[in-house]
Amino acid sequence: MPDAPGLELIAQELNEGFEGAVTSTYFEHGQGALVIDPERVLDVLGWLRDTPGQEYRFLSSLHCADYMPGEPRFGVHYELLCMQRVERLGVKAAVPDPGDGELPQVDSCTNLFPTAEFHEREVYDFFGIVFRGHPDLRRILMPEDYEGWPLRRDFPIGGEPVLFTHNEVETPGWWE
Amino acid sequence: MEVERRKLRQLSPVDQPRSPDELRVRQLRARDLLRDELAGQDLERHVEERVLTTTLERAQNWARSNAMWPATFGLACCAIEMMSMVGARYDTARYGAEVFRASPRQADMLILSGRVAIKMAPVIRRIYDQMLEPKWVLAMGACSSSGGMFANYAVVQGADKFVPVDIHIPGCPPRPEALMHGILKLQRQIQGQPDLGWRQRYNAIGTEEWSRRPPAGELTPHTGDAPSVGPPGPNGGGLR
Repeated sequence: MPDAPGLELIAQELNEGFEGAVTSTYFEHGQGALVIDPERVLDVLGWLRDTPGQEYRFLSSLHCADYMPGEPRFGVHYELLCMQRVERLGVKAAVPDPGDGELPQVDSCTNLFPTAEFHEREVYDFFGIVFRGHPDLRRILMPEDYEGWPLRRDFPIGGEPVLFTHNEVETPGWWE
Repeated sequence: MEVERRKLRQLSPVDQPRSPDELRVRQLRARDLLRDELAGQDLERHVEERVLTTTLERAQNWARSNAMWPATFGLACCAIEMMSMVGARYDTARYGAEVFRASPRQADMLILSGRVAIKMAPVIRRIYDQMLEPKWVLAMGACSSSGGMFANYAVVQGADKFVPVDIHIPGCPPRPEALMHGILKLQRQIQGQPDLGWRQRYNAIGTEEWSRRPPAGELTPHTGDAPSVGPPGPNGGGLR
């Protein structure tokens, strides 16, 4: 696991190679992460995978979070692992919401990490983030004809109110 | 006539033989019956003691209620309790509901054991449609009865939205005793009050499989316009 100075070194090297790729870093709970420009995902991940001395060859997880009302709204998280040194590194692509019902877009990393195929389908399924260049971008868990992106924060939570004794007074005449 | 009946009743309330001699006499009567040598007073005695009369419906309901075969179908954690119900400790074989059939064609009871995801609902409906009549559905646990703790986008809020449920069993999950209690309730419903079945409650008389078949007069001869076997037409039908 790179410590906080090691993380800064990685960020610096990346910014030398790819101008403006890493916007910030954070180091919390013993784990560091790079916050990157969503347009440079493939550059950053490819560099971290192939550069001697880095060699984060294993993508252990790819997931997403909705930070609404924060800006940029979405964060696509890549959890990388170097098997030789047993070091983990987080990469977070801060994806803004284009608005007007359009879906945010990120480059697919399936060519770098084949395991990302199902992960990206899941992120698409629940957050509606389109991965450019994905071979088969469909819903993976929800029904194919489902409408909406259920894990977004502005999605209605669903369910039905159930009558208990504590909310009985709020619905007078429920027995009729 | 009435006097004679009463006399008969007085003569024949014997269910258990009261002495070894009487048992021996009964055995000899049964042997003579098998040899076709029983006649006269002995024959009448034998019929009084050994024949039970009832109506066909009652006998049918008794047989149905005591041999309900559930479908092998587990949905979630409630299925663990459902499986333990079949085991030696709880042994639902005592109530005739232990033969889990792997084919819906052989099962007549569907235990919805767990939460029903919206992706699972059409599958359950298809299994239910494939089961042969008469068939019963038990909603086991809070989730399949009302959605339970899963008040969210992915879970059907109550399985009775898409299949007719006969018995709801509360609990999260219900203990195997509770599930057996539900099965006993269902048995009592089938035996004693078959009119309390779901068709009456849901106002669905006439939707049985045998009543959905068109009458013989309406069957038109094959004209060649529409294929008799093939994809279903716009009116539905065919394989669902």
